[in-house]
Amino acid sequence: MKTIENEKNHIIPYKTFLYVLAGLIALTLTSVTLTRISLGTLTVVIALIIAGIKSSFVLRIFMHLKFENKMFSRAVIGVITLLCAVIIITLLDYLNR
Amino acid sequence: MSTQKNFEEPSYLDHKGKYKGIFSWILSTDHKRIAILYLFSLLTFFAIGATLGLLMKLELIAPGKTIISAQTYNAFFTLHGIIMIFAVVIPGLPAVFGNFFLPIMIGAKDVAFPRLNLLSWYFYVTGVTLVLISQFTGQGPPDTGWTFYAPYSFRTTGNMLPAVFGAFVLGFSSILTGLNFLVTIHRMRAPGMTWLKMPLFPWTLYATGWVQLLATPIIGITLLMIIAERTLHIGFFDPTLGGDPILYQHLFWTYSHPAVYIMILPAMGAISEIIPTFCHKTIFGYKFIVASSIAIAFVGYFIWGHHMFTSGMSGTALYTFSLLTFIVAIPSAVKVFNWISTMHKASIDLQTPFFWAIGFLFVFMIGGFSGLILGSLATDIHLHNTHFVVAHFHFIVFGGTGFAFFGAMHYWYPKITGKMYDSRWANMGLIIFFCGFITLYGEMFFLGMKGMPRRYYDYDEIFHTGNIFSSLGAVVMYFGLAIIIINLVSSLRNGAKAPSDPWGGKTLEWTIPSPPPVENFEEIPVITKGPYDYK
Amino acid sequence: MTHRDDLASKTGMWLFLFTEMLLFGGLFIVYSVYRYRNPIAFHQAAQELSVFIGTINTIILLISSTTIAMSITAIQKKNKKLALSLLGITIILGLAFLVNKYFEWGEHFKEHIYPGSAVLALRGHGDILFYGLYFFMTGLHALHIIIGLVFIMVITFSIKKDKIDHENYVLLENSGLYWHLVDLIWIFLFPLFYLIT
Repeated sequence: MKTIENEKNHIIPYKTFLYVLAGLIALTLTSVTLTRISLGTLTVVIALIIAGIKSSFVLRIFMHLKFENKMFSRAVIGVITLLCAVIIITLLDYLNR
Repeated sequence: MSTQKNFEEPSYLDHKGKYKGIFSWILSTDHKRIAILYLFSLLTFFAIGATLGLLMKLELIAPGKTIISAQTYNAFFTLHGIIMIFAVVIPGLPAVFGNFFLPIMIGAKDVAFPRLNLLSWYFYVTGVTLVLISQFTGQGPPDTGWTFYAPYSFRTTGNMLPAVFGAFVLGFSSILTGLNFLVTIHRMRAPGMTWLKMPLFPWTLYATGWVQLLATPIIGITLLMIIAERTLHIGFFDPTLGGDPILYQHLFWTYSHPAVYIMILPAMGAISEIIPTFCHKTIFGYKFIVASSIAIAFVGYFIWGHHMFTSGMSGTALYTFSLLTFIVAIPSAVKVFNWISTMHKASIDLQTPFFWAIGFLFVFMIGGFSGLILGSLATDIHLHNTHFVVAHFHFIVFGGTGFAFFGAMHYWYPKITGKMYDSRWANMGLIIFFCGFITLYGEMFFLGMKGMPRRYYDYDEIFHTGNIFSSLGAVVMYFGLAIIIINLVSSLRNGAKAPSDPWGGKTLEWTIPSPPPVENFEEIPVITKGPYDYK
Repeated sequence: MTHRDDLASKTGMWLFLFTEMLLFGGLFIVYSVYRYRNPIAFHQAAQELSVFIGTINTIILLISSTTIAMSITAIQKKNKKLALSLLGITIILGLAFLVNKYFEWGEHFKEHIYPGSAVLALRGHGDILFYGLYFFMTGLHALHIIIGLVFIMVITFSIKKDKIDHENYVLLENSGLYWHLVDLIWIFLFPLFYLIT
């Protein structure tokens, strides 16, 4: 196979990382504040949604998925979906006992 | 395709590299040598597992104590299961034939990560060693069965920790093999070999790689939880601490069901190679076989609960799992249909590998149909944990993976060793083995339907006659196995020299010398045609 | 002699990350089941954890992910010194996380709260399971922090010796991927243990 170095690779500017960090910290503090005040079962849902948003920033910018071959993003989504499916099917047992 | 002309390069067996003697094997990163390392260690462990099985059958030939104590019997079926599942059929075809032939069949010189490949063999040997150590240390060998069910697995005084940790280490071996094969297939196919020009054995290794990668970690963490339960009393599966033993079963089978597809998919891949070769005809429905391999790997992930129908799961879980279980049978049926269609109006060359392939079809179908009987809730209530289940999985795993392994062994032996074996002894061994196999395991269906439980040391007199037949079948089968293996071993010395293409196969391994040179190809081939281009 | 294939190397690393996701995934399955079965106990036990330390630790890891990501930009821009500084900061932040964890766990141990303790056993099933999951999951996570730090230290030395540079940095990227995964797992552990109050 021919030598494959990184194709003239896309360089992410330092500032981009710092903006993303600011956003991540903001989201973290938001979720802490919201869970202090919020209500019942909705709290977990909100906290997990915020965690999901933070994760997508980490995956797409820090882990470079936005700039890679789409195959990688699809695989990540596939794995996460698989895990969720297994959790849901397992809960099918517990929710109905 | 024409044979490449002989060139000066020595075969991988004669190659003189950096190391000498045994080190040239155990420090080699050549995928072919690693495959042979796996082959020898695997056959050794298989011999241990098979001997345990034979001793169990001899114990069961009569009710009451025959040759061993009850505790020993429990230890035997535990070790038999751990070795056969984790050390033989899961590594099985991928570790031996995948390692040897994946790079060659896709036109590559080795796998993507050769050193990682050697590391996976080290993990393999370490894992099995730990399991064997559990037999001789602590307060007695493990006696939980290979399934390590909670709560007994954390209450028993048996020596669980090395066995459980050994299984954990074996998981790493499996993950690394899968990872290596996935990257190899993605990145190292020869120029012109598009996905849909890749032969079917590599395709099954691809589907299997995903299962190895995504399912094995679940049992990894579950085994760690058992260790935490035993050492820290963490409580995850202990009802006195709030845990649920059924959750253990969920986690265990979430891996162990997809694991059976790790066992069977490469086996089906090998059969998909053997049949077109001896039919001198391209495989019928190549794309459907590819799609069915992926479908089996995918659907297989969601049906684990069919091992737990009598455990206490909710009704919703019961019918969901039963329905999905029936669905997974469909792609398997597609394959069987395609294999048989390939044979239709073909010019069949009756050789040993082909006999193994049709033997496979016969026993795999029986195993598969019995699986549907078990997958149906009402019948499973009666048959769960009886010998019917034991018969089912031996037909489908030993019959499936085992027959395919022996078929692959006889198919690729000339390429691996450069020698031809004696086909009369090979066929005779097969026939004796087959008769023993059918008697040994076929009888178990009837014993199970009559109600004989599995993993029981003793039984009621009504089961006695059936057990006599079954156990005698075991002796015959063992005898057949011995003939098969002795033939292959003695042919190493006495066999005729093998040509590059003794069978008239069309895939890339038949274009290079037997045995292959270290780098497989003098020049990486450029692919212009499909893999089974018989005209 | 063997040609370098960076894409293969990166693909291998991603596949390995998938195994880590499923490894922790198994614990998330256990968490889901026991959270469902013991909602009140989990809710109350969570209040005993320090949201303050948890938030600090979350921010520590987020910053460390930023610094290691920036180190790749630095290497691409041939700024070896900056790359080394950023990796140094990453390592220090990782160690700070571990120190915080050490004190956090220490507090629990002082109260005799740990898996298998008599005190915990008296508190009821929900608490036993909550703390069992807490120690096992944060413990396994901390182990991965240690592994990640070792990996990053090895890479830092390689950069110092110029074995990794602007033309050959896939190993740095791979160590970054591993570190980000460790961060991702914590992004979910944090709300599930500290914020379900």
